[in-house]
Amino acid sequence: MNEVKLMKGNEAIAEAAIRAGVDVYFGYPITPQSEIIEHLMLEKPHERTGMVVLQAESEIAAINMVYGAAACGKMAMTSSSSPGISLKMEGISYIAASELPCLIVNVVRGGPGLGTIQPSQSDYFQAVKGGGHGDYRLIVLAPSTVQEMADFVELSFELAFKYRNPVMILSDGIIGQMMEKVVLPPQRQRLSDEEVERRYKSWATTGKTADRERNIITSLELKPERQEQHNINLQDKYKKISENEIRYEEFNCEDADYIFVAFGSSARICQKAILIGKEEGYNLGLLRPISLWPFPSNIINEIADRVGGMLVVEMNAGQMVEDVLLAVNGKVKVKHFGRFGGMIPSPREVFIAIKQKIIGGKNGK
Amino acid sequence: MANNITPEEIIKKGKLVFSKTALMTDKVLSYCPGCGHGVVHRLTMEVIEEMGIQDKTIGVAPVGCSVLAYEFMNIDMQQAPHGRAPAVATGIKRAFPDKFVFTYQGDGDLAAIGTSETIHACNRAENIVIIFVNNGIYGMTGGQMAPTTLEGMKSSTSPYGRDIEMMGHPIKITEMVAGLPGVCFATRQAVHKPGLVRKTKKAIRKAFENQRDKKGTSIVEVVSNCNSGWKMTPVKSNEWLEENMLSFFPLGDIK
Repeated sequence: MNEVKLMKGNEAIAEAAIRAGVDVYFGYPITPQSEIIEHLMLEKPHERTGMVVLQAESEIAAINMVYGAAACGKMAMTSSSSPGISLKMEGISYIAASELPCLIVNVVRGGPGLGTIQPSQSDYFQAVKGGGHGDYRLIVLAPSTVQEMADFVELSFELAFKYRNPVMILSDGIIGQMMEKVVLPPQRQRLSDEEVERRYKSWATTGKTADRERNIITSLELKPERQEQHNINLQDKYKKISENEIRYEEFNCEDADYIFVAFGSSARICQKAILIGKEEGYNLGLLRPISLWPFPSNIINEIADRVGGMLVVEMNAGQMVEDVLLAVNGKVKVKHFGRFGGMIPSPREVFIAIKQKIIGGKNGK
Repeated sequence: MANNITPEEIIKKGKLVFSKTALMTDKVLSYCPGCGHGVVHRLTMEVIEEMGIQDKTIGVAPVGCSVLAYEFMNIDMQQAPHGRAPAVATGIKRAFPDKFVFTYQGDGDLAAIGTSETIHACNRAENIVIIFVNNGIYGMTGGQMAPTTLEGMKSSTSPYGRDIEMMGHPIKITEMVAGLPGVCFATRQAVHKPGLVRKTKKAIRKAFENQRDKKGTSIVEVVSNCNSGWKMTPVKSNEWLEENMLSFFPLGDIK
């Protein structure tokens, strides 16, 4: 029996976290994602599953609490919005370096600086290219529906533990705040302490028992030869993730003359723009990257062989377009259309943009 | 040849009065000869061994001289970002409330960059032990001024002595957190004399017992020397500590 509810994206993430059997959530209030911790507090997850929810004194403290709990083999998560995510970056770099599984949710708002509380996608670079210091990668998932906000929680933890790597859900203020119907996932039981200790005894710090060597979680290695080897190991892992964990969705990419490439909310707007195009006699498609890292470069390269051009639509000044350009490698025309600073493009605006920037000509053909 | 003599040949079994706790690894300490860190490491490990809690203890190392504490302590450990050890410890303790969790931090880590984490962990009464080694200087980075550097004390970033007007006052953070209701035990000890070493061990033991009894946060400050950073011989640095540090950082229980 499916449980269907009308929920905000932020609430859906919180509810899905309880249902996924997450052990600990640490967070700090920031608009437009405060409903996540508010919903968690309201739901008394401690009574429902034993899940711990704690409001930290800062985003910095919250991500370091995640570090501590994740290093014990527990399912740990935090959430924030852009300025708060910047504060977490030091901790995220340590978590990636120490190969700890966890979930970080970014409900993006416009920047730079304190920016605006309105939605944006301007943290793409920060999420997929690093953000913190050093050569590391996050697995980055971009939901475009409230349903995906819920579904990606369990998926994130599955990937995080599979690769012992932090995962980020890169959402935005639209999906965080809007209400949609959501089919809630079933309630999973949290692992017992004993099960956590048994399952992750090869690395988790749960207390050194007589039957094993001590476990140490650190990102420090002063000998450059060994630090280089650690980096090589990380890169090998990232390669494996790139080979196995690419996710995307195609709309009419088989037949389209031109396509949009867009993620998250922008992809929803492009879907509407495709319908407008159809009414006006244009055959348009959409490639929606779901995993922003690893990026679906191969499929974009393949599609480039059969379309006349691509318009990358983002609520930023042009970030993912760089990855699309690399993927297409000059095969077809690629242009960017963006609104930013909290502005959301309308479907018609996007349709006009693809006509002007990509299709060109009098009738666009 | 001297190095052919085994320890067993030098120490006759019946005369053995002291042995290293099994909770210290055989790794050679990275600390400068004469530094107090080694003693505080040993005392902490002795307490954990004597309480029989090795299999449920998780330590958190800081950034600073003791960043490599996990090399020497034969227990599960995590190395925290600079100043964040109390937040990391919070994460561990909240995830595993029945484990014993302690942080081991220096003055730069705990009283400068990590002030917020320290105060809020204490204020939440996190049921953890904070071991705080205060030597009034940034030792690892080469002797820069710390939040606890005394007035007039020279360091590489206060080469003419700490000027209060320009650089602010040294901070007594143990007294500060002792005022918080979440802190059940705040004490200041030292390890430069045998009697003080014994007192410090008692304080550490009490702190871990508080954690066992779920009483809240315990902070054990240990005023220590830094002969390298202070640019003194170990003996001279201990004399200087006695004459200068202890008048500003008096020993004894604060709470």
